[in-house]
Amino acid sequence: MFKRILIANRGEIACRIIRSARRMGIETVAVYSEADRDALHVVMADEAVPIGAPPAAETYLVIEKIVEACRKSGAEAVHPGYGFLSERAEFPRALADAGVVFIGPNPGAIAAMGDKIESKKAAAKAGVSTVPGFLGVIEDDRHAVKIAGEIGYPVIIKASAGGGGKGMRIAHSSAQVVEGFNLAKAEAKASFGDDRVFIEKFIVDPRHIEIQVLGDKHGNVIHLGERECSIQRRNQKVIEEAPSPLLDEITRRKMGEQAVALAKAVNYDSAGTIEFVAGQDKSFYFLEMNTRLQVEHPVTELITGIDLVEQMIRIAAGEKLPIAQKDVTLTGWAIESRVYAEDPFRNFLPSIGRLVKYRPPAEISRNDVTVRNDTGVCEGGEITVHYDPMIAKLVTHGPSRVAAIEAHAHALDAFYIDGIRHNIPFLSTLMGHARWRAGNLSTGFIAEEFPKGFTARAPEGEIARRLAAVAAAIDHVLGERKRQISGQLNGRPVAREGGRAVWLDRDEILLDVSRDGDAITVCFVDAGEGAGKAHRLLSRWVPGQPVWQGTLDGHPIAIQVRPITNGFRLAHQGCEVAISVFTKTEAAAARLMPVVSAADNGKKLLCPMPGLVVSIAVTEGQEVKAGETLAIIEAMKMQNVLRAEQDGTVKTIAAVPGATLAVDALILEFA
Amino acid sequence: MKDILQTLDARRMAAKRGGGEKRIEAQHKRGKLTARERIEILLDKDSFEEFDMFVEHRSIEFGMEKSKVPGDGVVTGWGTINGRKIFMFAKDFTVFGGSLSETHALKITKIQDMALKAKAPIIGLYDAGGARIQEGVAALAGYSYVFRRNVQASGVIPQISVIMGPCAGGDVYSPAMTDFIFMVKNTSYMFVTGPDVVKTVTNEVVSAEELGGASVHATKSSIADGAFENDVEAILQMRRLIDFLPSNNTDGVPEWPSFDDIERTDDSLNTLVPDNPNKPYDIKELILKVVDEGDFFEIAETFAKNIVTGFGRIAGRTVGFVANQPMVLAGVLDSDASRKAARFVRFCDAFNIPIVTFVDVPGFLPGTAQEYGGLIKHGAKLLFAYSQCTVPLVTVITRKAYGGAFDVMASKEIGADVNYAWPTAQIAVMGAKGAVEIIFRGDIGDAEKIAARTKEYEDRFLSPFIAAERGYIDDVIMPHSTRKRIARALAMLRDKHVDAPMKKHDNIPL
Repeated sequence: MFKRILIANRGEIACRIIRSARRMGIETVAVYSEADRDALHVVMADEAVPIGAPPAAETYLVIEKIVEACRKSGAEAVHPGYGFLSERAEFPRALADAGVVFIGPNPGAIAAMGDKIESKKAAAKAGVSTVPGFLGVIEDDRHAVKIAGEIGYPVIIKASAGGGGKGMRIAHSSAQVVEGFNLAKAEAKASFGDDRVFIEKFIVDPRHIEIQVLGDKHGNVIHLGERECSIQRRNQKVIEEAPSPLLDEITRRKMGEQAVALAKAVNYDSAGTIEFVAGQDKSFYFLEMNTRLQVEHPVTELITGIDLVEQMIRIAAGEKLPIAQKDVTLTGWAIESRVYAEDPFRNFLPSIGRLVKYRPPAEISRNDVTVRNDTGVCEGGEITVHYDPMIAKLVTHGPSRVAAIEAHAHALDAFYIDGIRHNIPFLSTLMGHARWRAGNLSTGFIAEEFPKGFTARAPEGEIARRLAAVAAAIDHVLGERKRQISGQLNGRPVAREGGRAVWLDRDEILLDVSRDGDAITVCFVDAGEGAGKAHRLLSRWVPGQPVWQGTLDGHPIAIQVRPITNGFRLAHQGCEVAISVFTKTEAAAARLMPVVSAADNGKKLLCPMPGLVVSIAVTEGQEVKAGETLAIIEAMKMQNVLRAEQDGTVKTIAAVPGATLAVDALILEFA
Repeated sequence: MKDILQTLDARRMAAKRGGGEKRIEAQHKRGKLTARERIEILLDKDSFEEFDMFVEHRSIEFGMEKSKVPGDGVVTGWGTINGRKIFMFAKDFTVFGGSLSETHALKITKIQDMALKAKAPIIGLYDAGGARIQEGVAALAGYSYVFRRNVQASGVIPQISVIMGPCAGGDVYSPAMTDFIFMVKNTSYMFVTGPDVVKTVTNEVVSAEELGGASVHATKSSIADGAFENDVEAILQMRRLIDFLPSNNTDGVPEWPSFDDIERTDDSLNTLVPDNPNKPYDIKELILKVVDEGDFFEIAETFAKNIVTGFGRIAGRTVGFVANQPMVLAGVLDSDASRKAARFVRFCDAFNIPIVTFVDVPGFLPGTAQEYGGLIKHGAKLLFAYSQCTVPLVTVITRKAYGGAFDVMASKEIGADVNYAWPTAQIAVMGAKGAVEIIFRGDIGDAEKIAARTKEYEDRFLSPFIAAERGYIDDVIMPHSTRKRIARALAMLRDKHVDAPMKKHDNIPL
């Protein structure tokens, strides 16, 4: 076994690899750019080697620098993680030249699977099911109908020279094939000057399902079941799970066997993933093979109990796979969600900045439930523009899918981040989404369920009551302490009414709150179900703690608490709301207060993220229509077009091109 | 007997109605509470003891003798906030527009005298139309009685003014002499002369809000120490503020059990100061991570943001914080920041509130605007304020402490008790570039030499160690242990006593 390995990566995956290596008694060497000087992976590793300026192209992507770092640190092997150099065939070759072992597949396998067309050919040759279609010349519509019949409906007719949806038709019947074929041909001719078209099976509501394989250098390959990664936003995976709610044992075995066949065909000798697109009817077709550790590998680890990183290291050291296919068992269910530094309320724009607070949920394993958080950051760390905005992967495992989801929702509730915007409200909302819970997934899930993007939800019903009860309990703890202040008048203690009017924004919930030993008791006094029933809240929460964790009538709940003027902002299950706990007298007065409209901000264009003003597209006095471009802001090296939300006239322009703006800085104002 | 009791009840009812239903309704329509409603939420339930409910004015001019309302436009008395006694008066806009008559003034002075005798804070809620013109000089004299008592009470008991409606003319000067003024957004304004007079005299057309609204006084003029969204928010925040304030200048700070361990360390502070010395960071993060439970009551938040002032607690006891804010103007000291901090420091010193100072200051702001504006004297106010402090002073230099600003920001030599520096501190007369260009003037043409000299200067001077070697700072501390070290220092200094030389009073450079 190696004594010392280098991790040619950063962030959570570098930390995760260090953890396995350390458990195996292997020393670790980190590499880091200037931007990562204080990063967690640098702190965790036994040794850290600086490799230059922040941009990845000058550091983590430079093969020579990694090889040099190996030489300097005496590392015998390199784990590439994912991304960066992990799928570059020349990287293992360069390492081999320097006498360093690559912890990953052989360069031949990487090269074979790196090419989209070659990999498809190899897959077909290995007997892996590929999308049925006819790539030859189609003579006429009758020929097209014949082909479509052979493939099975629905089919898609595409222009060979095409792109951008032009010359593309979906057909569900022979009549539609005839019509579609002719239209597609005509469109193709008009658009591309080339009327050749081809026909392929159209997969309705496709799902993304992938098989994890593990091969060694002795010709053994096994598969570790599937992962479903259908919850994606613009092709970026958001939530992954294992197993897939779609598959049955037979399909799983078929997919696994095909994956193993392909891996064997390319002499695969590490951890790898064969990605499939699957139909709702459990048909599945090869997409591509990833010759590396996948981001979402932890869900497989939790249902198989196999440490994939450990296995990769052992295989690279020449060890044989310790288990055969028959020894692989899938136990329970695992869910992973990716925590990104992006603002779900602003169309998922990237967010950068300092992690002023970063308190992930506790990693635990008890009562059949496991919570694991693969993170690459810590409180006080910086999210920069230079790298991937993923800051953590939260993974939960439970005996069933429902249990895993419940545990996941609870863990997300306790996941507290301040300083940057993050997608936890979105992830929490997904966890509570009925269609997700039903396992009725497709890669179009997010686009279909959130067609207008993600907006904040006001708490209602049960969640609103829960938030009100916890707010009242928090207020009660604060109130008890206030009455212990020094210098009080002797004699009569401060009277305190038990009645409370809890305002969730301007929605009022009336309740009575009192102390009962360790517990705080809340009774809702409004009419309706359960009125007058006492609810018991138990918690060790004390003022200053960011998350209220405890039980409400015995059910564990976690609610995030952020103090604001005269109240708290509570976040729970994807809802966030400003709460004030008033006495009845205070509430009567508050009711008389004017409602300040937030409309003011509709007249202003504020910078949605910290960034550089590239251009201002309008002038003062100009009339603009909704949807018109107002300004372009560059952030995270991405240009973001800011458009008018409604018709109006530009009154003043406050920002100039070239200026660097903070979030919410004024760009321009409407009249 | 029963009749007599009923008479009392009836007279009380009449007094409590103030200006009557219609005027109360009008008050509500303007988004304002009445004086009594304000008192009800300011003080602990059932704790209000009202004085002079039946007082009426004595004016016989202009038919005023026919128009009398018990209470005469101001509600006065005392009660408690979380059990601690508070004196207060609230102008009643529903009665003669809250205008000040002779008897109205006497009601206020009675409470002022009582507060000073009983040594407890006094809170005034303003919502009034100025002097009652019909009373003439009697009203003006009334103001003077109030003003004089404001001054007598200054530095003995905390005095707080909350402007919750109009406050103009003679009415503005009593608040101006209290310790803190808070305003309510959109419904309150303060000015010496109103828009009409302004138009007549200067031809300037300006609205009441533009002339003296909360947005003006809390950000531009520094008259107000804070602005709140509405009456309820303002009053509940006053309750919160009172929990931080001592009752008087002898009792010491209030104390309550803290839920926050004084031994708590915070590793994230080790990365608060960025590697790049020109990159800003938010000093409020340090304050929030040092104080108990992250609870900080900021004073003058929106004025001179390059310095942060406010109250927090450590080990359950009130501490005043003064901190340069690198996020705004690099934390430079200018006239506004100096005045803001000086006033805050003097309040703390007057009421025995220990002061913690966080320093990251590149110096005083250069330029004609500042010099013409009297930067020397304004800067001297802060220097004066710190130098005369007898309360415990703990100072932590987080990054830059350059030039005269180093001295001013609670340096050991002007009287601070415990002075710490983070390893990132740079204590020097000036930054490297400026220093090298002066010391090595002859090398200016030679970029290489200048670079070498700069490096030399940075290594030698831009660190806390020269200061530490000479004892100008007491220790170089790890950022993560800041709370612990401050808590220890404050505990050690708790019984600090300084004998000041006998004097009538000082002569701060006003």
